[in-house]
Amino acid sequence: MEGSIVQMGAYIGAGLACMGMGGAAVGVGNVAGNFLSGALRNPSAAAGQTATLFIGIAFAEALGIFSFLVALLLMFAV
Amino acid sequence: MSEAAHNSEGLVFHPMDQFIVRPLFGDDGVVGPLTFTNAALWMLVAVLMATLLFVVGTRGRSIVPTRVQSIAELAYGFVHKMVEDVSGKDGLKFFPYIFTLFIFIVFSNFLGLIPGAFTSTSHIAVTAVLAVAVFLTVTIVGFVKNGAGFLGLFWVTSAPLPLRPILALIEIISYFVRPVSHSIRLAGNMMAGHAVIKVFAAFAPLILMSTIGLAVTPLSILAITAMYGLEILVAFIQAYVFTILTCVYLKDALHPHH
Repeated sequence: MEGSIVQMGAYIGAGLACMGMGGAAVGVGNVAGNFLSGALRNPSAAAGQTATLFIGIAFAEALGIFSFLVALLLMFAV
Repeated sequence: MSEAAHNSEGLVFHPMDQFIVRPLFGDDGVVGPLTFTNAALWMLVAVLMATLLFVVGTRGRSIVPTRVQSIAELAYGFVHKMVEDVSGKDGLKFFPYIFTLFIFIVFSNFLGLIPGAFTSTSHIAVTAVLAVAVFLTVTIVGFVKNGAGFLGLFWVTSAPLPLRPILALIEIISYFVRPVSHSIRLAGNMMAGHAVIKVFAAFAPLILMSTIGLAVTPLSILAITAMYGLEILVAFIQAYVFTILTCVYLKDALHPHH
């Protein structure tokens, strides 16, 4: 009984951790959208900034991946 | 994860079954430190493919490159430019290491997309080794090149003085989280994409069981195709992101002052 409550809590927590994905989605969309609006204003400068774009996306995405990690830990490690 | 446990119900296979590390020889199924597993096999295939591309493919050294030679030259030029742009001219000393990382990851990612293949980069054990190696290299290079001046990376002199200890704390935490995020980003992306494909694949045989499959099966096959296309993109972008972050960390080590 006690074990099944713990397992239920772990599954609910894993589901809740998936909300972090929404935050990562907002962050990545923000980075890409702002890059695009800047790139359309000054297209000649855009090509040199694609590396910065990907670095920004990677940093924004990292926090979403931490929530994925929390979900994985709850599913398989707790 | 036991395989037999979830075979009893509707799903014939579990989406995460594709990531199980199995020994290739012997039936006992025990994975020891020296067991030759499917993960080891596919890493070996990635290394062999890279060797084939760069040793055999460029053997002719023709002025007008053949197709294979020009693929090798394009990859070399791409990473060379990336290291030079992001880390600066003095970062080029580390170009062989960064190029090796990129080629290994890109080959592992693309080989994992072959149906039935094993994606070695979907395992945190594999990517963590790569990320920790980068972390140690960067830290050692930073201290060797700058001595104690490397600690200036954590002391943001452009910020007002009262803020600096707080910023130092944040910078130190973010520095030590680097190997974690660096490895989990790659492994998580590969694992999640392949698991999504398998989830859609589980819906595909529904047409054999009920009439609702007439609607679901074509949709799921379309979804598999679309996800596979996205995964080809992700396989390259994640290798690119891993490499470019290595370059950024290297730049921090070579020039720690903001």
